[in-house]
Amino acid sequence: MIILTGNDLATGAVTWWTGSAWSHDVADAADVGDQADAIAAREEAARRVNVPYAIQAEIGPGGIVRPAHIKDRIRGLGPTVRPDLTLKPGDADAVREVI
Amino acid sequence: MYRYDQYDQAMVDARVEEFRDQCQRRLDGQLSEDQFKPLRLMNGLYLQLHAYMLRVAIPYGTLSGAQMHILADIADKYDRGYAHFTTRQNVQYNWIKLEDAGDILADLASREMHAIQTSGNCIRNISSDHFAGAAADEVCDPRPYAELLRQWSSFHPEFSYLPRKFKIAVIASPTDRAAMKLHDIGINLVRNNEGELGAAFYVGGGMGRTPMIAPQIREFVPLDQLITYAEACLRVYNRHGRRDNKYKARIKILVHELGADEYRRQVEAEFEHLLAQKIEPPFAELERLCEFFGDPGFENLAEAEIDRSDPEFALWVDRNTHPHKRPGYTSAVISLKPVGGIPGDATAAQMRLMADLATQYSFDECRVMHTQNIVLPHVRKADLHALWTKLDEAGLATPNLDQIDDIIACPGLDYCSLANARSIPVAQKISQRFAANGKGDTLGELKLKISGCINACGHHHAGHIGILGVDRKGVENYQLLLGGSEADDTSLAKITGPGFDEDGIVNAVETATDVYLANRADGERFLDTYRRIGMAPFKEALYG
Repeated sequence: MIILTGNDLATGAVTWWTGSAWSHDVADAADVGDQADAIAAREEAARRVNVPYAIQAEIGPGGIVRPAHIKDRIRGLGPTVRPDLTLKPGDADAVREVI
Repeated sequence: MYRYDQYDQAMVDARVEEFRDQCQRRLDGQLSEDQFKPLRLMNGLYLQLHAYMLRVAIPYGTLSGAQMHILADIADKYDRGYAHFTTRQNVQYNWIKLEDAGDILADLASREMHAIQTSGNCIRNISSDHFAGAAADEVCDPRPYAELLRQWSSFHPEFSYLPRKFKIAVIASPTDRAAMKLHDIGINLVRNNEGELGAAFYVGGGMGRTPMIAPQIREFVPLDQLITYAEACLRVYNRHGRRDNKYKARIKILVHELGADEYRRQVEAEFEHLLAQKIEPPFAELERLCEFFGDPGFENLAEAEIDRSDPEFALWVDRNTHPHKRPGYTSAVISLKPVGGIPGDATAAQMRLMADLATQYSFDECRVMHTQNIVLPHVRKADLHALWTKLDEAGLATPNLDQIDDIIACPGLDYCSLANARSIPVAQKISQRFAANGKGDTLGELKLKISGCINACGHHHAGHIGILGVDRKGVENYQLLLGGSEADDTSLAKITGPGFDEDGIVNAVETATDVYLANRADGERFLDTYRRIGMAPFKEALYG
């Protein structure tokens, strides 16, 4: 599947296109098929996202969206060396799952 | 320390308001990202993996207590309670909001700091010896000359759009503690046979994807021609640097392709031309700058014996202090490399403590080392135990300067958008491994440096042991390198062979140290043994 990601303009936080809005949780990411460029152009022009780009992803265990590349998986979670600063600070397995 | 005059302050304050306006225009949609990106980079604001990152300039790594305090305040107020000290003697914040950028720069300006020229194809922050003004072996304090170069290079209109970024280091000791020959320009202040001070220029060094050691271009430039010669070096580069290819645009490629002799010929011709233009600032300006860096009121102390009855304190003294030019004083290194910690990271609370200790014990001054530690340059030996006690209570007294766990590591794939692999977890595992097996204390000086990509912010080319993280089909892989040095015996490390996974590279480092221990002669460092026995025994042990 193809998903769309970028950064929030004001905060720089990582965001994922859900099909109708932007979410900080990669699990909400929607398959954009061949619409990535059009959505990215529209959303960036409206300043709802910064530097959006499309990436490959797959549906992982438990039906969770899993970016294909480790860089995007780390973007989706946060720094693996600071679990307290990730989006899942209470999940002991979260870091292991993105590596 | 140098203090801003009204012109410095006015320039920095004006830049704060200019960038505040630019940020607002970006938020309002008046600027696109393509328009805004070069503006934010001119002010040190990057967009990294998780958020905006702000890089703050710390000229030649020198900070007052008040400056360290405001850096801590920024970490608490605008970031997530910590900061990262870098291999360019700067500091970075990883979680900056665009709407806060103007306020942060205003806070920095209130303590005579900024983020100008910490990115972009311009002359970056001037780095220097972290023991400058204190080291027993220096011929002079290099910082006034670094400050002169900083003022010359700040907003220099001719050098604001160079072919690529440009880094200058200035030292004044026979021992190189600033990786001087691995800079675009390395300046070593020396005395000639007549006892006059001057500058030896080394041009065209660097790390990155094409590491090179800078050749000496001029053995001695009189100090009243320092800026003119630097200008000539930059002009030749600006004229002929490869703007057509980003990967060949650094000055090291130009010097290499022209050859040192031809580059020197062109610089000397330009130098003669510029001398006639009389561009050199008045020598009185250099003398004015020198007054900012005078001795900070040292007492006339007798050489003091240190009470070594506490073995933990004695070990810290042995490893983390450096000889001072004045009797009764020493320079103390605060390690930011606890076992299993993140190299170069400090919490706001730790930063405030270091600031207060600098004020109390070191004439209100501290330094950022390019090895991502902090120096208190002027500590009375009589105060060392009290200082160590306070550091130990805060977890800042790890006795590991230049040991295997004093690891340089770039932010890597945990933070950096350019990285291919994570650096920090590898550093953590290595320090934990050698703490657990007890081998760390047997190895002596061993400089280990890790980069998460070929850009080499972690100086892996210059490590006695270097590690380079690469992306192998979407999986992190780590190459092992041996034999580098960024000291006065500068050398470039060589790759041992095929790379390893994360656990494998930790094992490989231990294997390399085992080869060293099995072969070391009396008094040899890891690097000495490697240079004597060569790569073959290491490859045999690593790959069979």
